[in-house]
Amino acid sequence: MKNPAIIGKSIPRMDAPAKVTGRALYADDLKMPAMLHGKLLRSPLAHALIKRIDVSKAKALPGVKDVITGADIPQVKYGNWRLVPQSQDELALAVDKVRFVGDEVAAVCAIDADTAQHAIDLIEVEYEELPLILSVEEATAEGAGLVHDESKGNVSLVRKIDYGDLEGMFAKADYIREDTFKVHPVQHAYMEPCSCVAHSEEANRVTLWTSTQTPYIVQCLLASTLGLPENNVRVMKVQVGGGFGGKMELRPWEFCASFMAMRTGRPVKFTLTRADELAFGRRRHPMSIYSKVGFTKDGKLLAKDFQVMLDGGAYNAMGPTATFLCGTFGNMLYNYPAYRYFGRHVYTNKPPASAMRGFGAPQAAFVAETQMNMAAEDLGIDPIDIRIINAMQTGDVIPDVATISSCGFKECLEKVREISGWDEKRKNPKQGKGLGIGCFSFISGGVFNWFNTKYNFSAAEVSVYEDGTAQLATMACDIGQGPDTAMRQILAAELGIPIENIRLIAMDTATTPKADLGSWGSRVTLMNGNAVIDAAKKIKEMLIPVLFEEMDLNQIHDIAFEDGRVFVKANPKKGITFGECVYKALRGRRGEPLTARGFYTPRNKGLVSPAFSFGAQIAEVDVDTGTGLIKVEKMYTAHDCGMPINKMAVEGQLEGAIQMGLGYALMENLIMDDKGRTLNTTFLDYKMPTAEDMPPGESADVFTYEPEGPYGAKEAGEGLAIPTAPAITHAVHEATGYRCMETPITPEKVLRALDKIK
Amino acid sequence: MAKQNIELIVNGDRYEVAVEPNRMLVDVLREDLGLTGTKIGCAQGDCGACTVIMDGVSISSCLTLAVEAHQRDVTTIEGLATSPQELHPIQAAFVQHGAVQCGYCTPGMVMSAKHLLNENPHPSEEEIRQGLSGNLCRCTGYNKIVEAIGAAADKMASSAKEG
Repeated sequence: MKNPAIIGKSIPRMDAPAKVTGRALYADDLKMPAMLHGKLLRSPLAHALIKRIDVSKAKALPGVKDVITGADIPQVKYGNWRLVPQSQDELALAVDKVRFVGDEVAAVCAIDADTAQHAIDLIEVEYEELPLILSVEEATAEGAGLVHDESKGNVSLVRKIDYGDLEGMFAKADYIREDTFKVHPVQHAYMEPCSCVAHSEEANRVTLWTSTQTPYIVQCLLASTLGLPENNVRVMKVQVGGGFGGKMELRPWEFCASFMAMRTGRPVKFTLTRADELAFGRRRHPMSIYSKVGFTKDGKLLAKDFQVMLDGGAYNAMGPTATFLCGTFGNMLYNYPAYRYFGRHVYTNKPPASAMRGFGAPQAAFVAETQMNMAAEDLGIDPIDIRIINAMQTGDVIPDVATISSCGFKECLEKVREISGWDEKRKNPKQGKGLGIGCFSFISGGVFNWFNTKYNFSAAEVSVYEDGTAQLATMACDIGQGPDTAMRQILAAELGIPIENIRLIAMDTATTPKADLGSWGSRVTLMNGNAVIDAAKKIKEMLIPVLFEEMDLNQIHDIAFEDGRVFVKANPKKGITFGECVYKALRGRRGEPLTARGFYTPRNKGLVSPAFSFGAQIAEVDVDTGTGLIKVEKMYTAHDCGMPINKMAVEGQLEGAIQMGLGYALMENLIMDDKGRTLNTTFLDYKMPTAEDMPPGESADVFTYEPEGPYGAKEAGEGLAIPTAPAITHAVHEATGYRCMETPITPEKVLRALDKIK
Repeated sequence: MAKQNIELIVNGDRYEVAVEPNRMLVDVLREDLGLTGTKIGCAQGDCGACTVIMDGVSISSCLTLAVEAHQRDVTTIEGLATSPQELHPIQAAFVQHGAVQCGYCTPGMVMSAKHLLNENPHPSEEEIRQGLSGNLCRCTGYNKIVEAIGAAADKMASSAKEG
């Protein structure tokens, strides 16, 4: 299928000029008259009863305008899984008990930030310490204490998947392996620390500018926790300095800013520090994993038994979704005749884990891909060949999940083999050097409606004007990944007008159509893209009659919208400009503007996602066996993201994902002491790759046309964070014989494996 | 704490401000002068988002006391383009090469690049990467930033020749 020229083009981001000149405004850049500054008091203990809080000294401090504790706020718990109300387990400020180091206990707002901090220091809290639960093993042991007293145990959610004859298939297997793995926590480390400003312009109404990837979720949960109608809460656009899954919930500071703005009648701002983020912020789930797989001697997969405990920390956050997706991605990529998943989301006294780029899939794939490589070695089959034998393809059905409507996985495997020189290099192994492979699949947005939205999953409103311009209004969020440009490319392609002629209004819950669930799960391009196309088609239906009337056309004719013109397809000379067409259509509507709304909700697409991306990545490493240092020399990637909407944006996603995957595999780790305190709370101690650490990369395009996607597009970017860690793990094994089963891979572990240190 | 009167020359404009002796330059730029293009990513000198150029040297404005900038010449991201219509070649290259995603590290990256090219107009790729090693980015993987700076260096060299 041939796409319009603007689709797939490398169009520079439309917000880039504002960002390179410093004009782009992020939440902490906003300043309002009479604005107050907020600060939070957090628990220094991981598990304790709150016996007494005395805020009198803080309240008495000059310049302090409000001090609140858990006793002052409506006792309405929140959480993103509205579909399961008992999963909603958080209050903005703790009541009676704190559950992790950093749990919010009180909030203050004052005329300046120093005064607010001083007031925080004056709040007296008396705690009674409780025994700590710092691992999933302790949490699930018999007689373990409870993180949440009202729950039956510390397992907050169980997800089971079971299909095929598991025992029968294992009985048939020639080769079975059972392994246990542990994966560690890392953080999003978006460059912009969270910040928000709330302003209550009318009694019982509040507007919040916040660094979020889900304005609609924040609107709804803020309304329920404040006890207001949803319509009384407006969440507004600011630039968002990265999210990666870490900004997709209602957060305590958003609640406190709004609550105190209404109480004081003055705007209130909260901005977190980097130490707040690293010590207390959301993170990727650490997991304890057992996995048993069975193959025939020819390398055909027969069965997998996959048992996972997710260390969820003190609250559910987005952990339930991660638990679901970890199971879904335990059997993606390959055909498993029998599969059983038993996933448990477990409460511990740690900062809550939540969504992070890949959302349960990086951990599942680390295990699946590593076992695939172990099996290939034991069965004497090339690791790429064993994948091709089992690879999913277009039309395959994953029981209870989906029918794969487009899949370029095999092509990805062939391409990455070719560009990396895999066969040649493996024939001539060199001491300390190795190639390793990791693969991935990912969703293009979720189908399962855990938020229980009553609206469509995505919506767009298009208006067109007689000057030849258009306006696109949508709640979809650009958090750096680029939909503000991609959505305009799609609309420009539909209407045949220059992209510069399209004005965008985004991320305003009051003026953009209901609703959009936000930027997570790689959903925006496919879902919002389809909503934009739907709206554009409705607009075109309003414009097309003008041409029929003007030109006295036979009803069999088709009308095209291209190059700023509306014309007869069979005779392009017969046409008028887009603006003229709008003008004439308006004349016939007696003053009613030309506006249309489009929507998208996946239908008949199973329970998981309307479309899946696929890809394969090879890491080439050089390990210094004297020091254990691992240098990643090159990354090779082949990626099926359907038809890209913006080529440069897709490349940027790939390159950025490698930075994050490299950090996950080799450098990043949140270290915690035995009191539940995070020890590395600065970027000096939480190491992520710099420009000097990044290996060169080479990539190959594999284009498929996804029938459910706008112009054939599907997920690009989130899934790419998955394959890097397993690929590096494999490469290190090829280079040294050390196979990492407990991430991250460190020089110390390499040296221990080589018997260089004890 | 008693405030001190200081004089700052920022992007060619003279400002007189009264600041507490413990206030950081980045806070004065952002809060007192309203120049919010300079960002705070860590406030500890680790991430480079607050990079500005003071008397020709790139510095972390989150580690620099405002009083240290008294009577010194400070250039921030807002002072780089000659007009909103005409971006500095480094800025233009960042736009064209896709070196911007969320944009939060961008002002610091651009200022570090500016300092690098002032010191070394023809850097190798390795020298560019070294020059950026104090600036963290979580979106781009740095490659497009490195490409953009290389392209800007070429552009500036050729326009210097023509000029």
